[in-house]
Amino acid sequence: MRGRAALTRILSLLMLVALWALAARLTADATVLPAPGALIAPAWAEIASGELPYHLGRTFIRVFWAFALAMSLGAVLGFAMGRFPAMDRWLDAWLVVFLNLPALVLIVLCYLWIGLNETAAIVAVTLNKVPNVVAVVREGARALDPELDAMARVFRMSPATRLRHVLVPQLAPYLSAAGRSGLAIIWKIVLVVEFLGRSNGIGFKIHLFFQQFDVGMVLIYALSFIAVMLAVETFALQPWERRARRWRAP
Amino acid sequence: MIRVDIRARSFGSTPVLGAIRLTLGAGERVAVLGPSGAGKTTLLRIVAGIDTEFDGSVTQPERTAMVFQDPTLLPWRSVLENVALPNAGLPRAAAQAMLARVGLEGKAALFPGQLSLGQQRRTALARAFAGTPDFLIMDEPFVSLDPAKAEEIIALTEAMLDEHRPALLFVTHSRAEARRLAHRVLTLDGVPAVLSG
Repeated sequence: MRGRAALTRILSLLMLVALWALAARLTADATVLPAPGALIAPAWAEIASGELPYHLGRTFIRVFWAFALAMSLGAVLGFAMGRFPAMDRWLDAWLVVFLNLPALVLIVLCYLWIGLNETAAIVAVTLNKVPNVVAVVREGARALDPELDAMARVFRMSPATRLRHVLVPQLAPYLSAAGRSGLAIIWKIVLVVEFLGRSNGIGFKIHLFFQQFDVGMVLIYALSFIAVMLAVETFALQPWERRARRWRAP
Repeated sequence: MIRVDIRARSFGSTPVLGAIRLTLGAGERVAVLGPSGAGKTTLLRIVAGIDTEFDGSVTQPERTAMVFQDPTLLPWRSVLENVALPNAGLPRAAAQAMLARVGLEGKAALFPGQLSLGQQRRTALARAFAGTPDFLIMDEPFVSLDPAKAEEIIALTEAMLDEHRPALLFVTHSRAEARRLAHRVLTLDGVPAVLSG
């Protein structure tokens, strides 16, 4: 069953590449849309020179830190707001403000206030993602089963045991949804942050190639990070989800 | 010794429980009968320490366990973990032995969703007795079972009560169940509800 799902996934991706090849043929202008095969040699040259792995690594580190910070902060705040109505009443208006604040505004403000440095870049991305995590986890905290809570109280389960065995498994689908959408959004925001104010990373390189109108190199750098995200999804997120969901299996 | 001294419990402006005083000695078994909506579950939740929004006080021993109306198991943890986790420090072998005692030998690695309702109720019973409680609270633990299965679980509960001898406070709709398991049968009725014996 899992093998079949993997095969479907690979076939689906191959169809996307075929569609791209067809579009490239119809366009018939490699400066507008190069064929997939035409990118192999320049991509290999970028990898061999160490240029692509270096910038990929810089972006990955930023994504990692922003993701870890946004998920931790968002989960704690979302849980507190879902569990304590007074806290929700106080912070709900803030949440609406931050949810509706454009990513670009936060990025520019962070660069202006903190400076054109790594801290500003990571803070900007984190602040962009935290409100989404809060909103999703808050729903999860509101949906917690009060009977399981009662059981944990009667049996005097320790806070650590409650957290690990009663609360987190109930929040797992919400954390997973927030994590999934989080990763996808965070790396896109990291690219904007790099585009605007960093001297390395995929976003910085895309900025450079954009100025040179080099569509092929823009695609190589963008696709390289999509490949990394696909690997994270396949080898980290999906196995974790399968493990967390195994009790639902018939 | 378990002491319950409730002066009142209301939900908003609706009074549910009136003055209730109840004392249970070690090993004493008390059943509470009453019509639906009388406040039986509210009374048990107050005694169990789940509902704290009442006027009065409850003294209960450290080792208190409860069998809920629904099995209230952790669906994402194995049957064995459902017995062991709520009873901190319970050795794995003791949890296994308790599962065998309730007739669930070989089911330890399954998840609750893979069990029948009767087996889930047995797991809840194993969880309650595994910590050798001094006080056991049971909220209609035999509902939704067919008569044969209910009889099996009542007999098992009776045997385990005789083995472990905790004080027992339980709620039921069945006078026969109450007479079979309890030393004392009380009735909860009225608005606000009070106990009479």
